[in-house]
Amino acid sequence: MSAGTRNLAATRKGSDSTGLGLLSGEQRDSALKIAIVDESAVRAAILEDGLREAGFKQVERIAETRNLLVRIYALDPDVILIDLENPSRDVLEQMFQMSRVVKRPVAMFVDQSDSASIQAAVDAGVSAYIVDGLKKERVTNILDLCISRFNAFARLQAELDHAKGALEERKIIDRAKGVLMQARKLSEEQAYALLRTTAMKENQKIVEIAQSVLTAAELLK
Amino acid sequence: MSEKLRIGFIPLVDATVLLVAVDQGFAAAEGLTVELVREVSWSNVRDKLNIGLFDAAHLLSPVAIASSLGIGHVRVPLVVPFNLGINGNAITVSPRLFAMLSNAADGGLSDPKVSARALARVIGERKARGFEPLTFGMTFPFSNHNYQLRCWMAAGGVDPDEDVRLVVLPPPYMVESLASGHVDAFCVGAPWNSVAVDLGVGSILHFGCEIMTRASEKALALRESWADENPDALVALIRAMARASEFAIRADNRTSVAHIVAQRLGISHELVVRTLTGNLKTMPDGKTRKSDRYIVIGGDDANRPDPVQAAWAYAQIVRWGQAPLSDELRIKAERVFRADLYDGALGLAPSPAHGGNIGAFVGPEFDASNLDGYLSAWHRRRPQQPRLTIVR
Repeated sequence: MSAGTRNLAATRKGSDSTGLGLLSGEQRDSALKIAIVDESAVRAAILEDGLREAGFKQVERIAETRNLLVRIYALDPDVILIDLENPSRDVLEQMFQMSRVVKRPVAMFVDQSDSASIQAAVDAGVSAYIVDGLKKERVTNILDLCISRFNAFARLQAELDHAKGALEERKIIDRAKGVLMQARKLSEEQAYALLRTTAMKENQKIVEIAQSVLTAAELLK
Repeated sequence: MSEKLRIGFIPLVDATVLLVAVDQGFAAAEGLTVELVREVSWSNVRDKLNIGLFDAAHLLSPVAIASSLGIGHVRVPLVVPFNLGINGNAITVSPRLFAMLSNAADGGLSDPKVSARALARVIGERKARGFEPLTFGMTFPFSNHNYQLRCWMAAGGVDPDEDVRLVVLPPPYMVESLASGHVDAFCVGAPWNSVAVDLGVGSILHFGCEIMTRASEKALALRESWADENPDALVALIRAMARASEFAIRADNRTSVAHIVAQRLGISHELVVRTLTGNLKTMPDGKTRKSDRYIVIGGDDANRPDPVQAAWAYAQIVRWGQAPLSDELRIKAERVFRADLYDGALGLAPSPAHGGNIGAFVGPEFDASNLDGYLSAWHRRRPQQPRLTIVR
């Protein structure tokens, strides 16, 4: 945040000397208009929440990517955040080429001096565009927030997938236990113990043994 | 030697040689372990190559030039040691526009001069009646799709910046946009033109090669710094690509090649064969057209990077106001297409760049050493004022 603080100090000084009641850096940043273009509604919501918590008041989500440019021009944002899995990113590139309709040229938030944060953003799966002339320092925290929210979302997704997988595994094991209980007249605990010892002996996972039990039961039906 | 490479590509038929190099084992035979990464946008491919997440990429040839010159984006010097394909695009129009062009035509529409004049008449008529301008879709500001559409329109007296709307659309959205009336026509690579014809929502009006006879369409691009630091891997990659190309163009390998491409792109085997043989269904009623220049993925010097092709791409960039004209930029552009790397890796004797039968269906003969003279044949857009429009 050091860049932000510097920025703020500089603006305050300017405001004191002119006495024109200019916005402070912080107020100005909260007035930045941010558009989020993300086909994942959940992730977009998480990002929007994050930005609002950080004090940005004007955050808009664009889920529909048909007529993307029209939406963008209507919103006239200062910063555009777009997920990299979105094919419409190429549509945004068109903005660099236009002068007839666009009010302000938009430049991509990329230059050689900033390769670490760009790499982090691309790794996280997000890209950002800012209006030309907007100081990079002013959007650094937006991009950082974006990166951390995108990464958090990816972790959540992975955990969810993992949880789903675990649930599936438990179902398979439960069904295999049922088969063994019936066929071998075992208690539930004994059935589970049998699966476990077999798995250890065969050097396989319990779920794999359980799956073989189910397959075998199916064949012997 | 065992080198691990990550290579990005967009699911298009002109990635064939790259896909075959990996999936048919030519890369492995050269000691390379290649991870192919399927991407959704050219911006992603360019950025991931630029920042080092990819070692190489299937890239629009004009993007390789633009990136190296720092036009429209951050400057990252790239090199092209292998050309992936010549031509391969087509212009497809909606049934409604096709009917309008047919009515306005003073000859056979398969002649681009006739169709361009017809387009000018249709547009004049619509303007007089106060109708909305026609909308044309293409894939990227720096692309042959953009330049071929513009070249064709301008030949009929249409100003692509004033008289129509030119919009960027991701290739997978093209067909749907044509069907919904969002665009009236588009220029895109394979298989999307054929997909539109098969669905009955469009007719192929022209093959790209009817507009520009021989244009480098996609290149295998690498960062110059990577190429300098990894000479052995680079040689191995070029060799693998060259072997793959030889394999891919043989008619008796067509089934296995089409299988690989169909798998990677998620399209039908038949569609790949139709594209690679240049025998396309052009009309929903089943009419076909064939050209052995429709798409050239190998043979005929297609894979050898040709600096004249780079100069051609730069000339298009200048013609449409995306960059100023200077000898310095032209020379920089030419140096992106590295025939020396290709020749060196394959043990070929150096030969002069020739451009093949490079050129367009209108205009003077192309002269890379006199771009100013060549471009003076046209009214040139002033630099910094390139324009594309949006659909309201």
